[in-house]
Amino acid sequence: MKPAFSVLFLTTLIGAGQGLFLALFTHQSYALFGLLPMQSDAFYGYGSVLALLFLSGGLIASFFHLGRPERAWRSATKWRTSWLSREVIVLPAFMGVVFLYGASHLLAFRPEVVTLPGGLIIDLSAVLGTLGTLLAFALFVCTAMIYACLRFLREWNSPLTVINYILLGGSSGFILAAFYAAQAAPDQADFFAGWAIIITVLAFIGRGASLWRNARIKPKSSMQTAIGIKHPYITQRSMGSMGGSFNTREYFHGKSAAFLRAIKPAFLLLAFVIPLVLLALGLSAPALLGVAFIVQYFGLLAERWFFFAQANHPQNLYYQTIG
Amino acid sequence: MTQLALVIDLNVCVGCHACVTSCKEWNTSGSAGPLCDENPYDLNPTGTFFNRVQTFEIGKYPHSETLHFPKSCLHCEDPPCVPVCPTGASYKREEDGIVLVDYDKCIGCKYCTWACPYGAREFDEKAKVMKKCTLCVDRIYDMSLPERDRKPSCVKACPTSARMFGDIHDPESDVSQAIREDGGYALMPEWGTHPSNHYLPRRKTKLKIHLDELERADNPLKVDGQLPKPGKGESSMEDASAW
Ligand code: SF4
Ligand code: SF4
Repeated sequence: MKPAFSVLFLTTLIGAGQGLFLALFTHQSYALFGLLPMQSDAFYGYGSVLALLFLSGGLIASFFHLGRPERAWRSATKWRTSWLSREVIVLPAFMGVVFLYGASHLLAFRPEVVTLPGGLIIDLSAVLGTLGTLLAFALFVCTAMIYACLRFLREWNSPLTVINYILLGGSSGFILAAFYAAQAAPDQADFFAGWAIIITVLAFIGRGASLWRNARIKPKSSMQTAIGIKHPYITQRSMGSMGGSFNTREYFHGKSAAFLRAIKPAFLLLAFVIPLVLLALGLSAPALLGVAFIVQYFGLLAERWFFFAQANHPQNLYYQTIG
Repeated sequence: MTQLALVIDLNVCVGCHACVTSCKEWNTSGSAGPLCDENPYDLNPTGTFFNRVQTFEIGKYPHSETLHFPKSCLHCEDPPCVPVCPTGASYKREEDGIVLVDYDKCIGCKYCTWACPYGAREFDEKAKVMKKCTLCVDRIYDMSLPERDRKPSCVKACPTSARMFGDIHDPESDVSQAIREDGGYALMPEWGTHPSNHYLPRRKTKLKIHLDELERADNPLKVDGQLPKPGKGESSMEDASAW
């Protein structure tokens, strides 16, 4: 498939935003149970603003994918059948909750909602944070299912796609949180960096598993089933157009096989290995956490590019020779 | 329930592209607006088409055959392109099974093209919406046309009658009989899309001519030899008065 840059930015930016929000609320939950020192409202509040910036960036990028962005509202109508429609609903809902969560902290408006037996006070921000966490995961699932539900694209049609979207977004967001904490609450940076290392390792394993799976995929369709002629030797002589068509542009990454081969080790290095090294070093040198986030962001862009480029659509069987 | 569809006889198709041009002509002139073309008279002309004819070589030269293969939307009975559409612009009509795109609702997200295994949908780069074969829905129900013209444009244009049109759910229709009796098959059956359009396979068409036929034993004009046959050098004219 052709990697559309709008979609690369959309999925990587909202992934970082979701991950950052999850990281912030993970911290708040720990603190709620007294496992970590509770931070100031400003810490969670401005962290949510940062998360919103990333989510908005993704939302804006998504509009560049549409031929008719002015009709985008219509895409919320078929949520019963379409994962894309569900994503269109969940993304703004999630952004709304992140906004409210941030606002409840920044305005210090955190009325008590319920007191658990044992005297634990659940305030509004904790309720919003829980809701936001659920929506963050729902959004990961919607985004990933857009790809994973397409049974013809065998490279995507796997639970690994969903797992990897969650882990990659989580990794990116927790690294960002570590960097943010290093600036805003330096003594908490280790907590985020520690989780970031764990999630990045898991994401490395998950992505490795999907690469392993994809390398062994056997195509279901063949030239024989495509045109229904059961002869072992079929060669296309003409695809019905001389200057290419939508079908030759939309389903092919347009780069050489060597480029495709080179991008794989590149993204493995940029998205996993280097950030892990920088995270480990970052435990003592916080500035490296920022570098880790930026390096990994480029790595994730390359990862997403490869994710698209590697998916081989069965329609390509019909488009093999210009003529 | 009706399911309109095309049945394409690969044994008859000569790859003339008449269906491609007539389809383009009809569908670029309709009320839905033109099907865009880019660089039509330039290097790398490209544009939106509903129907394409492709050519394949089956076997290895010199033991090979040419196969011309027209391909358009197959109006699947279980179309995977429809449920993925976030806007409902893509839909399958209850009454006749035609899969259509509402150009006024489509947001051009191209998700449906990912979900069609046949590459049957083409994005219109100027209108910025998705387009695909409509089975000439604006023609087959047009009561101002004589009945024999209420067929898709491609079917009307095919000089070899390789394209048939009808209801594949009606067991008595021409198309159903052709599918049943001439080995009609669907493309990529492995995906369970149940395409409505079917293809009739290539058949070996051999004509065995025996020697006596070559001598035209059964030719009623064999008696030719008994007609007057002037000898060599003999005048064919009776006399000078003949002219
Ligand atoms: S051929 Fe493709 S576009 Fe047409 S109905 Fe089937 S899946 Fe949809
Ligand atoms: S391109 Fe149009 S028809 Fe296709 S899925 Fe998007 S909105 Fe639906």
